This record gives sequence, C-alpha cells and structure tokens, in this order.
Amino acid sequence: MSIWEYANPKKFMDTTAPAVPWLFWGSVALLVVGLVWGFFLTPNAENFQSTVKIIYLHVPAALMAINAWFMMLVTSIIWLVRRHHVSALAAKAAAPIGLVMTVIALVTGAIWGQPMWGTWWAWDPRLTSFLILFLFYLGYLALWEAISDPDTAADLTSVLCIVGSVFAVLSRYAVNFWNQGLHQGASLSLDKEENVSDVYYIPLLVCMAAFVLLFVALVLMRTGTEIRLRRIRALEARAERGAAGA
Amino acid sequence: MPELGKYAVAVLSAYAISLALLAVIIGMSVARYRRVKAALERVERGRNG
Amino acid sequence: MIALLIRDLRLAVRAGGGFGLGLAFFLIVVVLVPFGVGAETAVLSRIAPGILWVAALLAALLSLDRIFALDFEDGSLPLLATSPLPLEGVALAKGVAHWVTTGLPLTLAAPVLGVLLNMESGAYPWLLASLALGTPALSMIGAFGAALTVGLRRGGLLMSLLVLPLYVPTLIFGAEVVRKGAMGMAVGTPLLMLGGITFGCVALLPFASAAALRVNLR
Repeated sequence: MSIWEYANPKKFMDTTAPAVPWLFWGSVALLVVGLVWGFFLTPNAENFQSTVKIIYLHVPAALMAINAWFMMLVTSIIWLVRRHHVSALAAKAAAPIGLVMTVIALVTGAIWGQPMWGTWWAWDPRLTSFLILFLFYLGYLALWEAISDPDTAADLTSVLCIVGSVFAVLSRYAVNFWNQGLHQGASLSLDKEENVSDVYYIPLLVCMAAFVLLFVALVLMRTGTEIRLRRIRALEARAERGAAGA
Repeated sequence: MPELGKYAVAVLSAYAISLALLAVIIGMSVARYRRVKAALERVERGRNG
Repeated sequence: MIALLIRDLRLAVRAGGGFGLGLAFFLIVVVLVPFGVGAETAVLSRIAPGILWVAALLAALLSLDRIFALDFEDGSLPLLATSPLPLEGVALAKGVAHWVTTGLPLTLAAPVLGVLLNMESGAYPWLLASLALGTPALSMIGAFGAALTVGLRRGGLLMSLLVLPLYVPTLIFGAEVVRKGAMGMAVGTPLLMLGGITFGCVALLPFASAAALRVNLR
C-alpha cells in the first residue's frame, strides 16, 4: 500500500468521491461554529474594537492563499518527476481556489485597514507580497487557459510554478527590504507567549481548520472534474478515430 | 447581535464579501462537477449503446 | 554557442531586426512622464530613478517575444534543438544576444535620459552600474517567458503577464541602488542583492527555459 496508488485516476476517484461531501459539510460546520463563536461570543478588542472580528476570515484566507501555492508547487514537481496525471490536474484544480483566497485576504485586509490605518491600501511588505502572489496566480491560470494540449499545458505550468515560487520568495524579501511596513507582526506563532489571547485564538483555530477542510474538499472535487474532462476528451478522440477507420 | 460600534459597516461588509466569494467558488466548482459528470455519463452511454 | 550568438546579433542589427525600436520606446516613455506628472523639476528629479528603471524594463519587455518566435516560425529552432549544442546553451546564447541588443544600449542611453529628468548628479554612476548589473537578469527572465509562450498565437500579451511579476525583485533592488545613490547613501546591500539575482538568473534560468523549449518542440 503506497500513496502512489492514488495516482491511478480510477482509484483516486473511487476514494475521494465519497469523502468530498464529508469534508465539505465538515468544513461548513466548522466554519459556522468558528464564525458564530468569533462574531457573537468574543468581546471587542480594546484597540481594534469590533474590527477584530475580521481576523476570522482574513487570517485563514491568507493562510490558504500561501498554502495553495505551496501545494501547487509540490504537485507540479510530482508531475514533472513521476508523470502522474492526477498530480498535474490537482495543481490546476487548486489555482482558482488559491486566487479566491488571495482576493479574500486582500479585500478583508483593505476593509480592515481603512478604519485602522486610515487607508485602504498601503505599500506595506505583506500587502505588496500578496498583490504579487495574486499576479502569479493570474499568470499561472492564464497559461493553463492559453495552451490547448493538456500535457503541454501541464508541463509548462509546472515549470512556471517552480520558477514562480523562487521569484515569489525573492519578491517577499525584496519587498521587505524596500519598505518597512504597517502590518502587525505575525499574530500567531508556536511560541505561545506572543500569541493573541485565547479568547480570539480558539475560534480562529476553528476557522483555520474550516478553511483547510474546505480547500481539500474543493481541490478533490475539482480534480475529479478535471479527470472526467480528460476521460471525455479521450473517449471522443477514440470515437473519432473509430469513425475515421470504419 | 453583538455591539459592533462605529465599525459595523466595515465588519459586516468584510463578512459579506468574503462569504460571497467563497459561495461563488464553491458554486462554480459544484456546477462544473455536475455538468462534467453528466457529460461523461452521456458519452459513456453513447459508446456502449 | 559563440557562432549562434554572432548569428543572432547579426540578425538583430540588420534592417527589420527591431534593433533600436526598444531604445526609441525607452526615450518616448521617459519623455511622456513629465507630461503626465508635470514639469516641476524637483518632482522629476525625485522620481527619475524609478521612472528610468520602469521604462528600461518595459523597453526590454517589448523585444522579448522575438527571442525564440522568429526561429520557431522558420523552423530553425527544432534544428538548433537537434544540434550538438545543448538546449540550455541555446537558451543562454539567446538571452545574451537579447541583452547585447537591448539591455546594453538601454544602459548606455539611460544617463542621457536622466538629464531630461533632472536626476541628481551623484546618481549617474549608480544608474549605469545598476542597469549594467540588472538588465542581464531581465533578459534571462524574458528568455524564460519567451520559451514558455513560443508556440502560442498571441503569446506576447500572455508573456507580459507571466514575465512582469518575475521582474519585481530586479526592479526593486535596481531602483533602490539609484535612489540611494541619488541621496548619497551607501548602496552596497541593494547592489549586492541585484548582482546575486542576476548571477542566479544567468546560472539557473537557462535550464528552465530549455525545459520549456523541449516541451514546446515536442
């Protein structure tokens, strides 16, 4: 029993299709719990007042925006090394979700920044990095759209994803160097002493778990869609060949 | 309803926009999943029958 | 590899090769900026480093799609791929040729345009140094973008979308060198970072470009 068995599209579909509803509704349940808890049951923070509630959407979205790209990087490398189609399709499936997460993080950040910093947008390192990440997602998706042959598209986008990752990290450091920012330091870390207080921390964790589950459910579902699309295309090509041969 | 104070518009709009965006991506994924699944079934039936 | 480089340079310099268009574009962008932001010399001299860098970057972008597209259309690219020279070498030679025909002229022309924008006199050596050090990275990144989109119709627009985000670190450090130079501050750190990016790009990106070319030639 090895993880590579799931590279077989049939096996992948049989395993993931029943899991998707569980993951999805689990994520919805967690999201409802986390958001209701965060929205109705936590006090307003002294310095942020009620805007502290935005954190329950902003932080999980930002987390998933980065992790989605990271997942695409891993699956791209697996595709290039082991040529498993499921892997390439999973990367393609994850990109739009990552894009939406990036937009949510940017929009909630802007809405939060307006009352707190007095501006919708500042060229702060974290904000700028996210904007650059947004551009990377756009370019990646545009390249997928532009190439008609699926294997060529998978190869080229994988190469782009790897090179893009290197440059994304470079940009992060360059932007840091370029402008010191307004953004608060990381509000979460493993070092518990610096963390936000438990009152906010626990519902935030619930929301983060909900976003992770939602991402997994959506990626599995979208990968399934891509696998089926591939199968349709293969069957149609075979039918055409058959018609031509007869 | 909790006391949102003068930032009520900001907080509520952040929630509304985020949840709407999530709903859009979920809706699009589900719709596409169903459409493709139906199309594949059609193609496979056509091949066997 | 040298022969390929010389051939590319000849093709670029020959009439219709597009040589000089990039320079003219650079000039026009810089001339347009004062019309957009006003003729106040204090403002212009403050934004001059950034404008010159952004304009140079756009001018370099303009000629990128020619790197591989012409050879792809007339069929010499598959020939190059089967020649004893590894495709990585081809990608490197193409990048160098692009730099010699656009990056180098842009670097030499930039100080003249700096005069138009009233740049601080202390910034000129740093402008030259940062462009000389930074534009090879632009050419190598551009060659990678061109390799990704070589087989596509209307690939030029897509390539801009792919390449411009990759230009961010180069632009940041390059413009930072000139800005700090203009204010008489130490420029060591950004200059070193810029050099690091350029050498990293020259050393590693030909492999990525060659991988993309192989896929596109399949």
